[in-house]
Amino acid sequence: MAGGIDSKEPVPAEVVLSVQGLKKEFAVKKRPPVQALRGVSLQAMAGRVTGLVGADGAGKTTLIRIAAGLLVPTEGRVTVLGFDSVGDTLEIQSRVGYMPQKFGLYQDLTVAENMDLYADLQGVPGAERAERYRRLQDMTGLASFTRRRAGDLSGGMKQKLGLACALIKSPRVLLLDEPTVGVDPVSRRELWKIVYELVERDRIGVFVSTAYLDEAERCSQVVVLHEGQILAEGTPREFMQRMEGKVSRVVPPQAGKPRRLYTRLVGREHIVDATIRSGLVRVVTDTVGIGSITAALAGEEVAAIEGIQPNFEDAFMAIIPRAEHHFQPARGGDTPAATPDREDEVVVRTRELRKFFGDFEAVKKLTFEVRRGEIFGLLGPNGAGKSTTFRMLCGLLAASSGEISVAGNDLHSSRAMARSRLGYMAQQFSLYGQLSTLENLRFFGKAYGLDSGRLRLRLEWAFAEFDLGRWRDKAAGSLPGGYKQRLAMAAALLHEPDILFLDEPTSGVDPFARREFWLRINGFAEQGVTVVVTTHFMEEAEYCDRMLIMSQGDTLAMGTPNEIRALVRSADNPQPTIEDAFIALAEGEVVPLVIRSDAGSTEGADK
Amino acid sequence: MSPAALFLMRMRGILRKETLQILRDPSSIALAIVMPLVLLFIFGYGVTLDAEHIPLAVVSADTGPMAGDMVARFDLSPHFATTRLHSMAEAVQQLNEQRIDGIIRLQNDFSRRLHNGEQVPVQLIVNGIDANRARLIQGYVRSVMGEWAMQRRARGEEAATPPVSVAQRVWFNEESDSRNFMVPGLITLIMTLIGILLTALVIAREWERGTMEALLVTPLRRVDLLLGKVIPYYLLGMIGMGLSVGVAVTVFNVPFRGSIGALLLLSSLFMLASLGFGLLLSAAIRIQFVVAQVSILAGYLPAFFLSGLLFDLESTPRFIRVISHAVPARYFVAISHTLFMAGDIWPILLPNGLVLAGMAVFFIGLAFRNITKRLER
Repeated sequence: MAGGIDSKEPVPAEVVLSVQGLKKEFAVKKRPPVQALRGVSLQAMAGRVTGLVGADGAGKTTLIRIAAGLLVPTEGRVTVLGFDSVGDTLEIQSRVGYMPQKFGLYQDLTVAENMDLYADLQGVPGAERAERYRRLQDMTGLASFTRRRAGDLSGGMKQKLGLACALIKSPRVLLLDEPTVGVDPVSRRELWKIVYELVERDRIGVFVSTAYLDEAERCSQVVVLHEGQILAEGTPREFMQRMEGKVSRVVPPQAGKPRRLYTRLVGREHIVDATIRSGLVRVVTDTVGIGSITAALAGEEVAAIEGIQPNFEDAFMAIIPRAEHHFQPARGGDTPAATPDREDEVVVRTRELRKFFGDFEAVKKLTFEVRRGEIFGLLGPNGAGKSTTFRMLCGLLAASSGEISVAGNDLHSSRAMARSRLGYMAQQFSLYGQLSTLENLRFFGKAYGLDSGRLRLRLEWAFAEFDLGRWRDKAAGSLPGGYKQRLAMAAALLHEPDILFLDEPTSGVDPFARREFWLRINGFAEQGVTVVVTTHFMEEAEYCDRMLIMSQGDTLAMGTPNEIRALVRSADNPQPTIEDAFIALAEGEVVPLVIRSDAGSTEGADK
Repeated sequence: MSPAALFLMRMRGILRKETLQILRDPSSIALAIVMPLVLLFIFGYGVTLDAEHIPLAVVSADTGPMAGDMVARFDLSPHFATTRLHSMAEAVQQLNEQRIDGIIRLQNDFSRRLHNGEQVPVQLIVNGIDANRARLIQGYVRSVMGEWAMQRRARGEEAATPPVSVAQRVWFNEESDSRNFMVPGLITLIMTLIGILLTALVIAREWERGTMEALLVTPLRRVDLLLGKVIPYYLLGMIGMGLSVGVAVTVFNVPFRGSIGALLLLSSLFMLASLGFGLLLSAAIRIQFVVAQVSILAGYLPAFFLSGLLFDLESTPRFIRVISHAVPARYFVAISHTLFMAGDIWPILLPNGLVLAGMAVFFIGLAFRNITKRLER
């Protein structure tokens, strides 16, 4: 093999993975090849967690797949434990653990059978198995589920089983490709605990790609990948130190009403990033100090502007080139939103809503109300009953019992009336991939019964509002991810619905597109559109006016972000996040409670 | 551990996984066990190519005994349900209305001319919309008339030249029962489905579910991957074959005149050729929906239409006949017909078997070359 590898210690002991000048091109029909990686060099060490961070399409998965021997580099090479990824693929594959994005589990096989399969494939001697299985099952908490089929496990459990299978032969290197996508915060936290245990006790090297920036913060070493190139690398501390003095929080004059300040700040000069966190606006600037914030907020009432500790996300947002941010919110005159008298109008109401699938109770006596112009979040891990609730609200699924009224119409008696007033954006891209952007919009406009004059006006609006002009005649299936999402949203809004239902609109979307999306949602809410949205990103709950946190069909908590956070506020954690609150609620550290934030929709603690 | 022990351990793992998946997945059981039975019963009972009780009108202007004798032969035949009509116009009208499928017309001088030892023409008009059925009716009519003539001779009535000269003889399928012909052919079809469609589908499913990616990053060798799919689906296909033969012999009373050994050997060759083709497809296509379409088009339909199962290849255009040589099912249909109806006739079995062996080696070899442990081809 090229490189002339010596039998012992081919590279210094510490390096377990080494990438040198790696380039990878993918051929595309009739177009220039896509350059997924353009000259990447990096190293990962034993006893450390090396994180690969980047937006969608940055090249993370490609890099990990090359290291696992699944892809062949166009140029450059990757060595794992001194073995070349092309020449000695089998040597690498018998020494590393690899967990692909979909976990690679056989749904029809039980937990134990999946583990047996990978033990057989990896050649784990029979004598060692009992001990090994016990340790892995203890670590992952799978011991009591060994006879359950993998397909029947929850998302978090599947992911842990995937990890157990990847660890079956005590690998020296663990390759994880976005291991926590679509998994609830409790499971994410547990997975990382296991990984760190292995790193500390067995000194294995972990190479992990992630789109969650808070996870990057826990890595020993972070590499930021952008469009196939490394933009920066270092320890998370180093990243954060660079941001010293550039991160502030803006306290709104009224507690819990940060939205106005937030829309004012986004996209302004020197403002790199603005988000709503813990009821405050978190602002990242490219200058030290708060000067650019005060400039941007001239004339606005502000309670306080304070400098705060930067985190990795701030650094990440500052590193990625600005061209990524396309969206400028329309600030047309800063007209105040919906008039106060309409704001109290209840547009969505459920009472004791239940749904059974056979004996299984997917939704248990759900009662809530949503008022006009509100952004109402339905939060919870996969399998919490969010989507089921959602489908009942949209009239796609009949409730087993209870009442639902949407826009004043009872869904049982006047489904069509209710539907004409609501817009729905499904979790999966549900437009016609072969039709062009224009054709799709035209079709949905006609389907909603817009006459040609109004349709023309609305099409003009859609192309301007969502900046889709460039893609007008392109097939919808060929649009980049973020634009697909815009198109789907434009289609849902064409008939000017009063209520917008969005099912997991941000899953599988990178941090930039997610920010843009929430900005838009804010804008619509300010125009008086009621928005009901589901998400499993807990930090996104901050953008909601009120939220309902669900778990296993039950209501865990309901209230404003402030109220939810207040549940777990303590001396140790004076500024808790929604995620902290969710974990505490899910682990039973806090009594599940429906906060009496509005009359009429209250319910005591359940059971 | 030694490489051999590791190899056996990997094979154990992958075979156990595949077996459990087959046992727990209703769709593979349905495809391998239920569908063969359904096909057998549909074709065995419902779709028979024989015609019985064909409505036939007899228009006889002759009232002589010989004409009566002849018409009686038609009455007695299980193939026909005859009605006697008095005018041709009436018969033609019924034919137009499709109440009858054919008309036999005897002229008024039938008995007299027969008596004089002349050649007597008998008119047969057949509804030709369904060409196959029309041909069948012609055949039945000839054979009825032939029998009649034979009987006249046997009775010592004057050795007149028969009115129509019929020389039809049927070998092997003495009862001319198309079931005896169809059922052995169907076994070919069933094995094609298991070998190509099922195999290609399960591999595409592994790609779609992401399990293939995880398998590729284990120390599994390419040959392990190949054997891991060939062995279980070979066995499943042979079970389907055994079941079909059992049902054919016990339920449909199709004779089986060959030896079990020859059946096992030759059907194994066919099964391996089909599996090889299925594996080749799945190496190229990783989407279940597409692979299902392609395997139906490239595997199932040729086995149905170009194997001699439905249509006699000898009567097809030369172009089609040439193409049919590339269809493995063609050779196994010949083998299966021979084994069932004639026995171990090696001059027929051997060349067909050799071609199948060649195809098995070719397809499996090509599939092995195309199996890769990388995601890209």
